[in-house]
Amino acid sequence: MLSSQHFGDPGKMKDYHYTGPVEHKFSPYAYNGGTVLAVAGEDFAIVASDTRLSEGYSIHSRDSPKCYKLTDTTVLGCSGFHGDCLTLTKIIDARLKMYKHSNNKTMTSGAIAAMLSTILYSRRFFPYYVYNIIGGLDEEGKGAVYSFDPVGSYQRDTYKAGGSASAMLQPLLDNQIGFKNMESVEHVPLTKDKAVQLVKDVFISAAERDVYTGDALRICVITKEGINEENIPLRKD
Amino acid sequence: MALEDVCSFKERPVQHKWFSFSSLGDAAIPFPKSDYYNLRLETSENNCGVPLHFFIPPLPHSSSFINRPLSSFCPPKNSMTVQRPFRLAHGTTTLGFIFQGGVIAAADTRASAGGLVACPAVHKITPIHSHLVVTSSGSGADCMLWERILIREIRLYQLRHGHRLSIRATAKLLSSMLHPFKGTEMCVALTLCGWDNGPKLIYVCSDGARLQGDVFSVGSGSPYAYGVLDRELRWSLSKGEAISLAREAVFRATHRDAYSGNNVDLFHITAQGWIHIALHHIMLAVKMCDLSLLCHYYVQ
Repeated sequence: MLSSQHFGDPGKMKDYHYTGPVEHKFSPYAYNGGTVLAVAGEDFAIVASDTRLSEGYSIHSRDSPKCYKLTDTTVLGCSGFHGDCLTLTKIIDARLKMYKHSNNKTMTSGAIAAMLSTILYSRRFFPYYVYNIIGGLDEEGKGAVYSFDPVGSYQRDTYKAGGSASAMLQPLLDNQIGFKNMESVEHVPLTKDKAVQLVKDVFISAAERDVYTGDALRICVITKEGINEENIPLRKD
Repeated sequence: MALEDVCSFKERPVQHKWFSFSSLGDAAIPFPKSDYYNLRLETSENNCGVPLHFFIPPLPHSSSFINRPLSSFCPPKNSMTVQRPFRLAHGTTTLGFIFQGGVIAAADTRASAGGLVACPAVHKITPIHSHLVVTSSGSGADCMLWERILIREIRLYQLRHGHRLSIRATAKLLSSMLHPFKGTEMCVALTLCGWDNGPKLIYVCSDGARLQGDVFSVGSGSPYAYGVLDRELRWSLSKGEAISLAREAVFRATHRDAYSGNNVDLFHITAQGWIHIALHHIMLAVKMCDLSLLCHYYVQ
């Protein structure tokens, strides 16, 4: 949805007096909120997102998940401007098909990540306003998470949160999955069930504190058997 | 990818107008029509020798756009780019210096986007080939992509000519590839640290600077790092002294600069090639390179 507001001050309350004529510049971007999270385990990967689509003070949809299945072993989570998310996923799907037809094999997670980086960077001067996180299995079957910035800088991580509640969730993940900032704690490797439970708890916390996150949670668990999707309700207010 | 170029292998050109912007006139350059499955393999004359195609937004008020010839893809040189609603990764401390035992390259590992630490463990020093590393500062995505492009070009040269390109020539190649983007918001400041017939240190910047020197420090934390380096740097340093000097310089910079922090990455380049001074190789305990703990060490 096109926004006619200047993006510099979203939702700021102005004083109720006349300040003079204000020129509103057309901004090609809008911010639709949403949070995405990905965790990589020993032989699994989880990509989760909330399903709220908002803009300013309104909620456009309560059922707009931000996880997109790319291949049998890779899921992309993108949050930010929904229009750019849709176009970007269409372009990626097209490129995946082209690769499949030229090379007779499916793209691996690492290759998809490298390709996404160049797609994003080709729009360096008019970027896609999307925060991407790819979760999947690498060639050896281990979990992999690749996190991107809007212009294509990326790297492989074990866990990453992106989107509106990322600043709240990332320290929590650092602590619970990375065992950081804690002393004398045993580094237990993460099991799939514990990871799924952690992701649910983390999103419930995010929905409490971030207005743009809520409604429902879509979790995609990627194992060598395939991709398993789960929907969990969250706060709707 | 590089081998395909050397063999001049090209897919049969299919006239796909995948994302045809014909309604927008000449200002927008879509995905390449002939090489449809790869964005960046053309170093032909219509893109000023830069192997990457960029989408340039058709801005309504820039008349220089309409007069620009179709073959040129040079991005808008004025400041009327689309206003971005987000911050990009920026802020860093990197340094490099030459001494009798080779070249040391050091950098912090924090990537900050606005006030948020986007990533606490970024590698800002990237090997290009066995005897050359490049430290990057400026915008994270720009540096990452330009390093990829540079690795590709150096590899192509090596395959075509049978020997490695010299570091001065690499710097010149990089500088000329960045030149079309001078004046845009692209921000890339790289230090090439390597060895060919002797230690070499060359600074290349997207503003056009290309300087050879003995010591360079780049980034928001560089003034603090220069202070430490200028005091102790000598040609006759031993390897251990040089490494701890580099580490202390980065540490002092991260202590004072909010946009630098987390860990220190160190590379040592000699005639035999580059070595990543991984944390556990240093004589001090592993945690010494975690800067929050390093503080206690230096205070004592």
